[in-house]
Amino acid sequence: MKSASNLERVLTAGHFAVTGECGPPRGADPEKVLKKAALVKGNVDVCNVTDNQTSVVRMSSLAGCMLVKQSGIEPLLQMVVRDRNRIALQSDLLGAAALGVHNLLCLSGDHQKFGDDPKAKNVFDIDSIQLIHLVKTMRDEGIFPSGEKLDGVPRFYIGCAVNPFADPFEIRVPRLKLKVDAGADFVQTQCIYNMDKFKLYMEGARKQGLHERVKILAGVTPLKSAGMAKFMNRMVAGIDIPDEVIKRVADEPKEKQAAKGIEICIEQIQELKEMEGIAGVHVMAIEWEEKLNEIVGGAGLLPRPVVEQ
Amino acid sequence: MLPCTGRIDESLLLKAFENGADGVMVIGCLEGDCHYVNGNIRARSRVKRVYSILEQIRIGPDRIRMYNLSAGEGAKFAAFTNEFVSQIENLGPSPINVARKQAARESAQEVQAT
Amino acid sequence: MITGTPKPIEEILEMIEPYDNIIVAGCFGCVTVCRVGGDKEVQVLSSTLRLAREASGRKIEIKEICLERQCDPEYLEPMRPYVEDYQAVLSIACGAGIQFMAEKFMKTPLLPGINTGFLGVTERQGEWAERCQGCGDCVLHLTGGICPVTRCAKSIFHGPCGGSVNGTCEVAKDIKCGWQLIIDRLKSLDQMENYGKLKPYKGWDASRDGGPRRILREDMI
Repeated sequence: MKSASNLERVLTAGHFAVTGECGPPRGADPEKVLKKAALVKGNVDVCNVTDNQTSVVRMSSLAGCMLVKQSGIEPLLQMVVRDRNRIALQSDLLGAAALGVHNLLCLSGDHQKFGDDPKAKNVFDIDSIQLIHLVKTMRDEGIFPSGEKLDGVPRFYIGCAVNPFADPFEIRVPRLKLKVDAGADFVQTQCIYNMDKFKLYMEGARKQGLHERVKILAGVTPLKSAGMAKFMNRMVAGIDIPDEVIKRVADEPKEKQAAKGIEICIEQIQELKEMEGIAGVHVMAIEWEEKLNEIVGGAGLLPRPVVEQ
Repeated sequence: MLPCTGRIDESLLLKAFENGADGVMVIGCLEGDCHYVNGNIRARSRVKRVYSILEQIRIGPDRIRMYNLSAGEGAKFAAFTNEFVSQIENLGPSPINVARKQAARESAQEVQAT
Repeated sequence: MITGTPKPIEEILEMIEPYDNIIVAGCFGCVTVCRVGGDKEVQVLSSTLRLAREASGRKIEIKEICLERQCDPEYLEPMRPYVEDYQAVLSIACGAGIQFMAEKFMKTPLLPGINTGFLGVTERQGEWAERCQGCGDCVLHLTGGICPVTRCAKSIFHGPCGGSVNGTCEVAKDIKCGWQLIIDRLKSLDQMENYGKLKPYKGWDASRDGGPRRILREDMI
């Protein structure tokens, strides 16, 4: 094992993994995290804790991870390179490892323009792919990128995100390969709605044998309503919801749209489970954590396996 | 002598106000009819810029206006001029001229006092 | 060239409020080409300020000049005899020119009349766009002649990020995705192998992060 991660153990044992996420609150109230965590518990192998997503200031990901851990769930630290230079990144990695965080997701981070502080200075000292390389160097060589020896090695299971639906499409698989070359152990994808395009992407990944070098967790997000679907399609860069998916939700009366969204999500998970090269799902029930159990259970993925260290 | 309104630039228009003009009319050829292709179009955008400068410094944007006429439109020229003159008369003297008059009055009073 | 945009008249009027006579100094270099700080702009700005001040009841005397370059000492020296006769200099050169003049004339306040922008090009008359950040370590030979540091809103070295849509950056619809441009160029140059290589962490010490930079050419001194 490269790390002490439960996700790594579950995947290595050949189980179909399930990850979820918990967005920290816009404030200092720990109860908010603990409440979400209680809904997530038992339904996932690890739980992502987001890092100031969409550049909106929130409780730090590391603090959120500790609260999730307190609740008895293994946390996954998301880390963006937007807000920290390489000094701060290394330091926070060491701190997170010392506090028992074993899973990491290396991200660029949304541009600060989208948040509350569009006038903030962005950092981007290194990019997300270089962060993967940095963590791998620390873990596998026991040194800082500067070459100095580490006094205690952080053993992270290293992840990254990919968006198969961003442009240009032809570069999406080569860019995944770059992340794998840099040292990613697993990837979580952006929410998938356009299954045809995703199949095409996976075909490309398999052609290069990438599915054998990295564990691919397919991202899904249940649609709460047709309105949400249309909003996401229009406003969120790199989200691709085909008209027929929106139509399936929109055709339902308002009060039944949420149930339809969950039904579609479960169908998607079942389809993804059968796809060659997919090692698990990342279920992003954003501000809808109470439905996680229904979705994961509905997809026949409960109870979560226990793999001894 | 200006060969074309295209020769007019912002500083020339502002100079007119510095020299005591209460209003400035710029009259170019009909659009699409410029002997120098697009001189009158350029003039229009420069007049527009001076319009916004006059607005910012509170001289009053309505003291400048661009018209387009052909050389054969004498009656129209007279009508435009009358229209513009009455517009300026309504606005009154430019704040520059008001300030100058005021300053002249004050210095005259000073001379009288001494 | 170095580009810039005029400061709002209000802001300039506030800056020159304490003074009764000033020099407005332009520059025949970059700022003339991008039409923000040349001879013409000196005339327009000076007229504007005179009109505004006179209308407010407090005249200002302005000496209008335009130097060959404000960033070279030999062009600044000829100003020395009369700079002292004026209470301040309002410069509409770039930030470098303004500062250089400030260094030369210790007793005269230097005021900026423009906001200096970026190193850019004239895409068409009246439209300028950024191309270079002067990072001190050029990689254009690897990126199809398009700079990831400048053209990507996140300055990433392995792009494009997930926010690239139809060649447009997520930051604004009128910003092209720098990495889409890089990939398009690499493809047309048949250099896509450059894309697949991991690039080392950038040495920002060659950039401003290393402190103000200096170039020393012994052969010229």
